Amino acid sequence: MLTVSNISRVFESETGEVEALRNINLAVRDKEFLCFIGPSGCGKTTLLRIIAGLDQPTSGEVLLDSKKITSPDSERGMVFQEYSLFPWRRIIDNVSFGMELKGVPKHERYETARKFLKMVGLDAFERSYPYELSGGMRQRAAIARALANDPKVLLMDEPFGSVDAQTRNILQGELLRIWNETRKTVLFITHSIDEAMYLADRVVVLSARPGQIREIIEIGLDRPRVRTSVEVNVIRERLLGLLMEERTRGCGETVCWTGLELGSD
Amino acid sequence: MAAGAGSVKAVRRRRYGVEIASLFVLVVIWQLAADNLVGNAFILPSFTEVMASFYTLQGDMLHDIQISLMHFGIGMAAGIGVGVPFGVAMGWFRTIDRIFDPIIEIVRPIPPIAWIPFAIIWIGLTHTSAGFIVFIGAVFPILINTHAGFKNVSKVLIETAMVLGCTKNYDLIRKVALPSAVPDIATGIRIAMGVAWMCVVAAEMFGMTSGLGYNIWHWKDLHRMDHVMAYMILLGFISLSIDRAFRCLVERRLSGWRKGIVAGS
Ligand SMILES: Nc1ncnc2c1ncn2[C@@H]1O[C@H](COP(=O)(O)OP(=O)(O)OP(=O)(O)O)[C@@H](O)[C@H]1O
Ligand SMILES: [Mg+2]
Repeated sequence: MLTVSNISRVFESETGEVEALRNINLAVRDKEFLCFIGPSGCGKTTLLRIIAGLDQPTSGEVLLDSKKITSPDSERGMVFQEYSLFPWRRIIDNVSFGMELKGVPKHERYETARKFLKMVGLDAFERSYPYELSGGMRQRAAIARALANDPKVLLMDEPFGSVDAQTRNILQGELLRIWNETRKTVLFITHSIDEAMYLADRVVVLSARPGQIREIIEIGLDRPRVRTSVEVNVIRERLLGLLMEERTRGCGETVCWTGLELGSD
Repeated sequence: MAAGAGSVKAVRRRRYGVEIASLFVLVVIWQLAADNLVGNAFILPSFTEVMASFYTLQGDMLHDIQISLMHFGIGMAAGIGVGVPFGVAMGWFRTIDRIFDPIIEIVRPIPPIAWIPFAIIWIGLTHTSAGFIVFIGAVFPILINTHAGFKNVSKVLIETAMVLGCTKNYDLIRKVALPSAVPDIATGIRIAMGVAWMCVVAAEMFGMTSGLGYNIWHWKDLHRMDHVMAYMILLGFISLSIDRAFRCLVERRLSGWRKGIVAGS
């Protein structure tokens, strides 16, 4: 079980202090699919980085199975918003990277890597280099790499942010299937209400900066969900309302740009 | 794919025709100018005279090539052996960077040739002493480029490696920073080889009794400018071959993941 208790994060820079997160409390159930949604700059990435161990909170702590998280390790895999494959490694060597470090023999790690490449539909590309793959394929390879390391928790920061809407829908379907097969706890940041509605068990709505938990919405609908069904629409309306409020609140002083995709896609 | 490669080759072959013609015209103009305009082999030996020199000197030249390549080899090996590790350490560890940076900034602008007196006093008129001058010329481009390559390693890739369990400095350097800096290191070595070759000639002109550079000076003293010209051309050709061989080697190794990595073509 992953517990986030009283996390705050203040960035200090020459231009002044930025309070990114304030008093975040969250208990993530095991094998849960949790989505985060909130205005741009509200600290979603920061929160995920703290859970990964890549950033330290100003106060508060994160516990995974009652162990305090202080530095990154292979228990928590992360898929970044940016492309993050190692360009000098073939796809299969990218996917085997974590196992290579653990000293798993080559044929064994390739076997595991192939299994995950197959899972994300890239088995034909194991000998390719990252530049030979499309954006969506690269993100799938990055997901395979994170999964092949067998983490307890998978952290995903807008992994489908830069792929087109059709591909995105397909990737969401694949991700759910993989999640079903592997049963990891998934923490998933998105800007798209539609995406959150399709994927999540629960959706955490964050407020405008400083990021606080505004509300946690239990979706409670069976999968696969129909994106246009009445039940989905009811919850979507609620999420939309919450986000609109946050958007106007966060824009009191400056020009408003939240980057939220309010429509469905 | 195969057809594409084939057509590229065909284009190349056709282009060589123009280049050979260009060289041919140069030789003809040279010959005509030397014979009819200058008419003095001391001021401008003709093409045929220089070719005759190649013929008479071939035995000596073979020996001189060996000596010069040895000086070059000593200097380059030491340059790589010192430049790469220092570049790595300075690029990775901030403190080491701060310790050595001021020293390097002061020593680097001193032209390598200015070290010749001290090289002779410290090491004597030996091959090592010539190698030392070459080393001084080679080490800084290698060090600076390695350093830059390490500074430019993408933060996302480092963090990706960390969440995959690669958390020790040693592993991060070996598995992420070094492979990602290979193109920069290769560029550094290539620049260094150009400088090193100039240093070979300079070092041999002072205080050596063999080598290509020595012979340029030696034959000038004997007023055999045809021989001088022959040695000059030889120097050029060897430098060209070394550069081509290195680029070929590097590009073969890197072309898998990055194309045209070594600057120029
Ligand atoms: N390393 C840093 N130094 C200083 N400020 C930072 C740093 N990282 C993030 N911030 C600030 O913290 C706030 C939250 O950033 P964060 O990247 O977590 O937002 P986000 O919710 O992920 O936004 P987006 O949806 O646009 O990706 C921003 O105001 C940002 O400027
Ligand atoms: Mg973000």
